[in-house]
Amino acid sequence: MKLTRIEPLADNEITFTFDGKVISAASGDTIAAALLAAGVTATRHTPVNGSARAPFCMMGACYDCLVEIDGVAVQACMTEALPGLQVQRTTLSASIE
Amino acid sequence: MSKVEPAELVIIGAGPAGMAAAITSANYGNRVVLLDEQPSPGGQIYRNVTHSTHLRDKILGTDFQHGRALTSKLKQPQIDYRPNAKVWRVDDDGQICYSIEDKATRITGKQIIIATGALERPVPVPGWTLPGAMTAGAVQILLKSSGLLPTQAVLAGAGPLLYLLAAQMIRAGVPPLAIVETQQRRDYISAARYLPVAMGNWPLLGKGLRLLAEIRRAGTPRYTTANNIKITGSSDVQGIQFSSSGKHHEIECNCVLLHQGVVPNTQISRLLRLTHSWHPQQHCFVPNTVAHGKTDNPIFQIAGDGAGISGALAAEHQGKLCALNALQQLGAADQTIIETEQSVTLKQLNREHRARPFLDTLYAPPTEALAPASDTIICRCEEVTAGAIRQQIPKGCTGPNQTKAFSRCGMGPCQGRYCGLTVTEILARENALAHDEVGAYRIRAPIKPVTVSELASLHE
Repeated sequence: MKLTRIEPLADNEITFTFDGKVISAASGDTIAAALLAAGVTATRHTPVNGSARAPFCMMGACYDCLVEIDGVAVQACMTEALPGLQVQRTTLSASIE
Repeated sequence: MSKVEPAELVIIGAGPAGMAAAITSANYGNRVVLLDEQPSPGGQIYRNVTHSTHLRDKILGTDFQHGRALTSKLKQPQIDYRPNAKVWRVDDDGQICYSIEDKATRITGKQIIIATGALERPVPVPGWTLPGAMTAGAVQILLKSSGLLPTQAVLAGAGPLLYLLAAQMIRAGVPPLAIVETQQRRDYISAARYLPVAMGNWPLLGKGLRLLAEIRRAGTPRYTTANNIKITGSSDVQGIQFSSSGKHHEIECNCVLLHQGVVPNTQISRLLRLTHSWHPQQHCFVPNTVAHGKTDNPIFQIAGDGAGISGALAAEHQGKLCALNALQQLGAADQTIIETEQSVTLKQLNREHRARPFLDTLYAPPTEALAPASDTIICRCEEVTAGAIRQQIPKGCTGPNQTKAFSRCGMGPCQGRYCGLTVTEILARENALAHDEVGAYRIRAPIKPVTVSELASLHE
């Protein structure tokens, strides 16, 4: 999916990292919005079948945008992308079986 | 154990209903605590309206800008507005647990208004879990909060929001590639009988017609009477396939925006074990309310779309009515003044309700979205298909709570928010039972994920 910004980033730009890769965002963006805008296709893979997922509802209901910050799973659409934040893909996996 | 903060009136949710309730209460000099999970007020409909830009205002239109008429009145000493507050538990005695930045707190309200609004109805079509498939509402949120729009999107489904989003994308210079509309000829015929009543809210119908004209002028292709929708791609969206007017169509795109209307967010009302009934016209459960918001529990009222879908302007009136009810309960205002305001607000609310049966019938969700084909995933979290639910029925699975034990359906992180209605629908159809007999998932706290350290912070 490709997104376009209707307004220039200009001096509004901040950066954070996703799995070590530098992501540029507008100040005030949620992590989910910033990852989608940066062209990250799959933000996680499901613990059940390993299928690719990305933000779906953007309002904190579907939990498909889960990422990790400091080892804690958070909803990327409910978390502001702050400068210097280190965000990781979730490592949740099917360990019950 | 830390102390529980006592409060007269607590409102959960700062959308149109919650904001109107808070403002009404403050107008009578009554202090109110307004909890909201977003960083700024407005709910999803007026998301980020306090930080909108001139360009976004122009694209989103005057209905969006109306949100500032509410947000501007929140800044008054009587309104204790608490943003970024994640409510994760509500008890039937009026105690609320919520967290702000990982610090959990408890507050008890003598009166509580639940104004948690709506969710998009799940649209479980093949491929709806692929990256690039989103709800139409999700892209409106991206536009409102970040000024972002997809460049190669197809809009698919039914409902006014689909046309509103299309028009906004056109205004932004990033039009959708096409609109795939699922309402059938029979929906127009069924809806026709509600049109005379709907004319009582002609400004709303007029707005709809203007949106359609805007889309026509832009030349956006519209595929009508569509069905058999399938989103294609292996690791992300590559296109959409569907039938329209009996012909097979395929459109290449990297984004599909699904919409089949919105449904009440009943997480808190279910958690409180309030009674709910199936709304046949809106195809969803609504909490039972009387006198515009009063529930089975005298402490709790529900305002706005959470009590049944009526739209943002109706939500505002409902919020006001719930606040007036609460003030009456608290003995916080003069009875005759309250009654006068109630009757004025009721008239306004009734006008807003007039177009609802027409819209609900015209844009009724199609069977393929309500009870999908067996190979379609219905539980996004646990990747359970419709077929897996159907297979459980001969084994004795009659209720939604048993599907959890049989398949883990509804047990993932979303806690059944995006599969609950589909599971009820499939069980109702397969067992030839009424939706009310089938019932819904039993919701338990915490309704939002809470860390152990957050729980521990309650004892600090």
